[in-house]
Amino acid sequence: MKITQQSTESTLTLSLDGELDASSSVVLDTELSKPEILGNQKVLIDCRQLNYISSAGLGVFISHLQTFQDAGVKLVFFNMQDKVHNVFEILGLDSLMTIVPSEAEAVAV
Amino acid sequence: MKHAIRISCTRRNLKVVRDFVSEFLLSYHLSELVINQIVLAVDEVVANLIIHGNGEDESQFLDVRVNLQNQEFSIEIEDTNLTSYSPTSYVEPDLQEYVRIGKKGGVGMMLVNRIMDRVEFTTDGTRNLCRLYKKLS
Repeated sequence: MKITQQSTESTLTLSLDGELDASSSVVLDTELSKPEILGNQKVLIDCRQLNYISSAGLGVFISHLQTFQDAGVKLVFFNMQDKVHNVFEILGLDSLMTIVPSEAEAVAV
Repeated sequence: MKHAIRISCTRRNLKVVRDFVSEFLLSYHLSELVINQIVLAVDEVVANLIIHGNGEDESQFLDVRVNLQNQEFSIEIEDTNLTSYSPTSYVEPDLQEYVRIGKKGGVGMMLVNRIMDRVEFTTDGTRNLCRLYKKLS
């Protein structure tokens, strides 16, 4: 799992490249656990190169969602591949998290 | 085609099992979505057995066997651990509650149960067998 960061004044974009499983999801958890991340208004997750997600990867997002909401940070996913979106749908997580098709829509949320 | 694989109990081998199952399914002209779902269900069970069942002890092994017969995919995952998984202890999680308390794990078996048609766990002495089935019509 490779994570690339891009930051503007109020928005942090994390681009995920690879597979999020029980082996690799710890890298993402470390990134989302950094206290300074809560200083953003938005954290955008670019999923274009995210080829796979298991419950371990989902668990990382589930575990941080409330902290983000409490701090007023919007967590938005975009560019999600169909097979990855399907995994969110199977659990109904697509209704608990904000997932939009494009970066332009993610910025506009 | 190879229908069986033996792996040691390390998280690094999760990818090895995923590739093994994907490769097996590729020749059956299934959609990318269905292949990903089956690979995911297998990955979840294998991760549980590696991490919780065998404590990531690399001297322990899992035997994985796949089969497709009469339009039904099946997979057997076998280990010889003393702490077998007990499906009777499974309760479908409340995801809104998980979000509220910031819970990191616990949705793996929910995925497995929602994706596969049948999920069976049996124990015979120290031999534990998990069988997953899915119709591919």
